[in-house]
Amino acid sequence: MRLELIKRPQQSAFFSAVSPLFALLLTLIAGVIIFTLLGKPPLAALYTYFIEPLSEVWQLHELAIKAGPLIMIAVGLSVAYRSNNWNIGAEGQFIMGGIAGSLIPILVPGFQNFMTLPLMLIFGFAGGALYGAIPALLKTRFNTNEILTSLMLVYVAQLFLDWLARGVFRDPNGNNFPGSIRFPSAARLPEIDPAQGAAHWGFVLSIVAAVIVWAMMQYSLKGFEVKLLGESPRAGRFAGFSSARMVFFAFLLSGGLAGLAGISEVSGAIGQLRENISPGYGFTAIIVAFLGRLNPIGTIAAGLVLALTYLGGEGAQMSLGISDKVARVFQGLILFFVLGCDTLIHYRIRLVFGDPAAKTAAEG
Amino acid sequence: MKKILFALAASAALTVASGALAADKYKACFIYVGSKTDGGWTQAHDIGRQMVDKELGDQVETAYVENVPEGPDAERALERFARSGCGIIFTTSFGFMDQTLAVAEKFPDVKFEHATGYKTAPNVTTYNSRFYEGRYIIGQIAGKMSKTGTAGYIASFPIPEVVMGINAFLLGARSVNPDFKLKVVWVNSWFDAGKEADAAKALIDQGVDILTQHTDSTGPMQVAEERGIKAFGQAFDQISAGPNAQLTAIEDTWGPYYVKEIKAAIDGTWKGGQSTWDGLKDGILTMAPYTNMPDDVKAMAEATEAKIKSGELHPFTGPVNKQDGTVWLKEGEVSDDGTLLGMNFYVEGVDDKLPQ
Repeated sequence: MRLELIKRPQQSAFFSAVSPLFALLLTLIAGVIIFTLLGKPPLAALYTYFIEPLSEVWQLHELAIKAGPLIMIAVGLSVAYRSNNWNIGAEGQFIMGGIAGSLIPILVPGFQNFMTLPLMLIFGFAGGALYGAIPALLKTRFNTNEILTSLMLVYVAQLFLDWLARGVFRDPNGNNFPGSIRFPSAARLPEIDPAQGAAHWGFVLSIVAAVIVWAMMQYSLKGFEVKLLGESPRAGRFAGFSSARMVFFAFLLSGGLAGLAGISEVSGAIGQLRENISPGYGFTAIIVAFLGRLNPIGTIAAGLVLALTYLGGEGAQMSLGISDKVARVFQGLILFFVLGCDTLIHYRIRLVFGDPAAKTAAEG
Repeated sequence: MKKILFALAASAALTVASGALAADKYKACFIYVGSKTDGGWTQAHDIGRQMVDKELGDQVETAYVENVPEGPDAERALERFARSGCGIIFTTSFGFMDQTLAVAEKFPDVKFEHATGYKTAPNVTTYNSRFYEGRYIIGQIAGKMSKTGTAGYIASFPIPEVVMGINAFLLGARSVNPDFKLKVVWVNSWFDAGKEADAAKALIDQGVDILTQHTDSTGPMQVAEERGIKAFGQAFDQISAGPNAQLTAIEDTWGPYYVKEIKAAIDGTWKGGQSTWDGLKDGILTMAPYTNMPDDVKAMAEATEAKIKSGELHPFTGPVNKQDGTVWLKEGEVSDDGTLLGMNFYVEGVDDKLPQ
């Protein structure tokens, strides 16, 4: 016996719309079961997970800090994936953007004026874009698999950052501990409302990026080109679009946005170049891009939801002693139900009994 | 269905009730960089926390959060603890330093204790353990026990704390075997059982017959057990992972310190801006039972331990040369704490180039 997924001829518009809600409901039910089995009060656990992080202003700021980089990266990735370019290396581009932008406050600490921050952001974008150009070049020139090259370049970037933060960029007054000097305030992305919480303007940049990219995808010829080449490279060629140029466009844009997210994180949330600047944002953003159905506006909602599960999991640990492993299982369940519901809208499940090969042959 | 609803309502009511009860107790909170069952660094801190529960359970309530990444996430976790009524917060990793100071500035009424850092504030005190004392002892044991005269050292990150440990180990070993050699492998992680085990295998293949580590998993100990060589436990008694391999372990015994500090916080004698650096004599550092070794080696280890406790022996006493052969400590000269805490050079005899 085995399972088969059969594509539905038509998709229900109603279920497409309510599927996220349905997934949320299933997650809540699964949550009640898990927490009850663990002997934890289920309602209190769900409250800590989904409501408490939204109940205080400072926590909303924390949500924005966590969601900002996820959204920014996922916006770029959604375009790349639409165009059928599988950039898995956003984590590396994020790091390289952080490094490139940090060059200014670390190498020329005296340069402090209104141009400092804009230049840092431009450097950040450029650093991520150029690093993203490497897999693009390899793909177009040598036909290498961009999934592998972009992924492997992540580790190169991580080690490069590690080397910088422990070596040449190390704070001379830091007791030989890793990490650069703390950035001067002219090089810090300011907080939106310091009296209320710690969120910085990086979150706003992410939202702006999402809206601009969404408009581009929706209304411009470039957006049409991305979708067309993604779905049918051959049709794209007939329309006069170049696949090779699209590879570069996809990687430069997604790499650049990841780099911009990187420098925003370094100059906004962290304030110095450390040996480790990302808790895996570049990888989590892949999930965010898909949860947002590869729509830039969708990634805003998806990024916020995923950030919420991080905050909620942490809160559940602190106030109820729920292990962070459970928190991660729970996070996995949310994704499972959301993607599962989405899949079932497009496909139906069929149970096949007996010898599958014979059956296929008979049908074929 | 009714039953479930009832259970839900009851559990909600219970939480509210227990919340109200807990409010009367003093709250001590802990932030861990790793998992509380890592078998090393973080578990040692958690055992310290459990000791607080046991000894002060009637007046103190503890809370913890584990696997907190160093960076903005730590700041959020700290702020959350500070807002949730924690009276004192222990941040148990060096990498939480700047976040601890940032949140401490926002919450001047909350007390903070940061492990192994070097920055303090009016409401931030640091605490550390003189791990190098234990490493000198295990170095001596290695010097006696190794047949090849070479030990392998699995190191995490080239920060002063780790470099100091490597030097102390080699000085101990050379005090009994002047030709002793030390090979170092950097795994660039505090906790990565797979990488640590790979490093252990590579070292054994290079002729090392004793392993020691400055990482947090039991991976190297398990490899030592499999390959029939000896090893030292790190942060925590790892005898269950290596019943035939473990010679002893440097145990971090944070419990008494936590109990002392929390008591001080409750009765108002707690002081900020302090830097505590305790060692074997204070009981913050203890040696696991000396096992799997001949009696004379055991006697030597015990004698050295006693000498360090009494202050008769300081592991970093001259003559000691730096790796490049220049003099660091003259005959009889003892290193000051500042040099140790910022250590960025090897002593003579380490077979490795310090990553800079």
